Amino acid sequence: MAGSLLQDMPGQDTACGQALLTMEHVTKQFEESLILDDISLTIKKGEVIVLVGSSGCGKSTMLRCINALEPIQGGIIRLGEEQIDPKSRGLTSIRQKIGMVFQSYELFPHMTVLDNILLAPMKVQKRKKADITEEAVILLERVGLKEKTGCFPRQLSGGQKQRVAIVRALCMHPELMLFDEVTAALDPEMVREVLDVILALAAQGRTMLIVTHEMQFARAVADRVLFLDKGKIIENAPPEEFFENPKTERAKQFLNTFSFETVKGKDKQGK
Amino acid sequence: MSPEFITKYLPLYEKAAWLTVRIGFAGVLLSIVIGLLCAAILYYRIPVLTGLTAVYIELSRNTPLLVQLFFLYYGLPKIGVRTDAQACGMAGLAFLGGSYMAEAFRSGLEAVEKIQMESAQSLGMNRYQTMRYVILPQAFSISVPAFVANVIFLLKETSVFSAISLMDLMFTAKDLIGLYYKTTESLFLLVVFYLIILLPVSILGAALERRVRYARFGA
Amino acid sequence: MPDLGLEVLLKGQNMARLFTGLLAALKISLVSVVISLPLGILLGTLMTWKNPFIKAALWVYLEIIRIMPQMVLLFLVFFGTTRAFGWDLSGESASVIVFSLWGTAEMSDLVRGALISIPAHQYESGEALGLNKVQIYRYIVVPQTLRRLIPLSINLITRMIKTTSLVLMIGVVEILKVAQQIIEANRTASPNAAFGIYLVVFLLYFFACWPISMAARYLEQRWR
Repeated sequence: MAGSLLQDMPGQDTACGQALLTMEHVTKQFEESLILDDISLTIKKGEVIVLVGSSGCGKSTMLRCINALEPIQGGIIRLGEEQIDPKSRGLTSIRQKIGMVFQSYELFPHMTVLDNILLAPMKVQKRKKADITEEAVILLERVGLKEKTGCFPRQLSGGQKQRVAIVRALCMHPELMLFDEVTAALDPEMVREVLDVILALAAQGRTMLIVTHEMQFARAVADRVLFLDKGKIIENAPPEEFFENPKTERAKQFLNTFSFETVKGKDKQGK
Repeated sequence: MSPEFITKYLPLYEKAAWLTVRIGFAGVLLSIVIGLLCAAILYYRIPVLTGLTAVYIELSRNTPLLVQLFFLYYGLPKIGVRTDAQACGMAGLAFLGGSYMAEAFRSGLEAVEKIQMESAQSLGMNRYQTMRYVILPQAFSISVPAFVANVIFLLKETSVFSAISLMDLMFTAKDLIGLYYKTTESLFLLVVFYLIILLPVSILGAALERRVRYARFGA
Repeated sequence: MPDLGLEVLLKGQNMARLFTGLLAALKISLVSVVISLPLGILLGTLMTWKNPFIKAALWVYLEIIRIMPQMVLLFLVFFGTTRAFGWDLSGESASVIVFSLWGTAEMSDLVRGALISIPAHQYESGEALGLNKVQIYRYIVVPQTLRRLIPLSINLITRMIKTTSLVLMIGVVEILKVAQQIIEANRTASPNAAFGIYLVVFLLYFFACWPISMAARYLEQRWR
């Protein structure tokens, strides 16, 4: 059973291709500013959506709203048929179906790697320790961290911690994975090892919503790229279209920030 | 300094020391319970109780134990509350200690970053599970230095118990000085016995601090 | 409604006498604070020097004062000095000595803690900018140290005020003693006076200490 995790698709409720996550006219306000302005989107099962935009424009907030870590002021968010609502009683069971990985890893410092992974499946899903351990060890091996089961987070590098965080989220068998700028705090050498894990998950057909600044990675992994600006989604296209021919001026400006003109040298014309 | 006097009255001091330790530890335990309760109330900002807890903490931290004891022991019986000296000692210590412990536990709880709670919630854990497996263990290790300091502080505060006629170490010393004028011996025994009570607590506390500090960093 | 014994307070000079008692305790605190603060700053700074003998001697002094309950220290000074040196100390004098010793010890520890909490690179960046040692202390170290120190010192003062209640036990006529006298004098007239009087004493201490600790908290927040 455990060995099938990375191949098998959880979430028997939703068939492949059907809408898994829907956001309808979602608005979020914080103090005076409107962070999310009438956001509507649908994520189908098996899709990988990458969310990009300038810093502070609400990408992380959107993920946090989906996971009900923040309240929304308007609109509806649904996972399958169920509405996601911070006040609802079924919230913990919905959250089990959504896995989230944070920029700051957020492993539990007082527990070993293995205990970090085992905690939620044992206490929340009431599964047997032996079963989860088997699954966890296999997953850790897949991400190259099998020998680290007994280590504490403080003994790991940033990239290793992030990979453990991903395994921890996966062991809950979520239908949807949320990645919140998970490589932003990592040294460049470690970014790759984490992105490789996410690419592998995408290859297996996992439904994922990824917020990232890594443009080449976004291009490789996404089915669709969403560009968020001033609280609105102003671009929603497959990666080739978005990166080669962005429709809006803002998107063009944004993409330009990732390319540098040479300062030295005579030829200053763009490519 | 006469060794005969010392050996003769050693048992009396010992008995007094046990009294101090008994009431002291009972008071400390009660104050831990009160402290945990208050810390939880303040952390979750439960309406009404939060205000009451804040008032309690201010009253308890801005008045000396001696005054609290006098009120409990001499004042309360006048409106019909029956008390004995030992219960008063424990109650006074718990009243005073509760607020100090509440402060230690509360700052431990608040030092655990909110995003740790969110991380646990994202995994589907409910409030109780989050508190029990993620927040409390971390809060505990953060609170240990303040907690240890409070325990030592409360044990030292027991030295005022003689004011309400409890036959503790101070009472014994004062008695013997008054009766036999053997000041040096009496004071010597007094110091020795307080050291016997307080030094082990201090050393154990430092050991606990070291151990918990080791287990905590990083993530 | 049971008799709370509060009417005693309105009789004659009772309230005034209670206040005088409170002032007696406050006076001892004030004198001790005035002595402890500068001495504490001095000793605290000395503790940060590298000399091992000074460090060891000061450490021993600190630990002894801190581990002994203040009550025991009061006894040691009040009764012990008569024996050891033949002095005849009044309760007040003994109290001032003890509280000064205690206050100095605590203050020096606060100062030492505040000084070493300034990270090394604060000194280093001052040096890198070309400031000399005096300038570094004056513009960088001292202002930051003071900001950490002042709320903690105010907290120490509050603790000292509360602890002066102990001087009752070595015969000083302070508020609790006055309270006892009033209660005794009114034993037949107001048998429940103990409740009312001690309640008032409790509140008087509270209103003496609470504004000070509020001030400390406010400063701490402001200078965070």
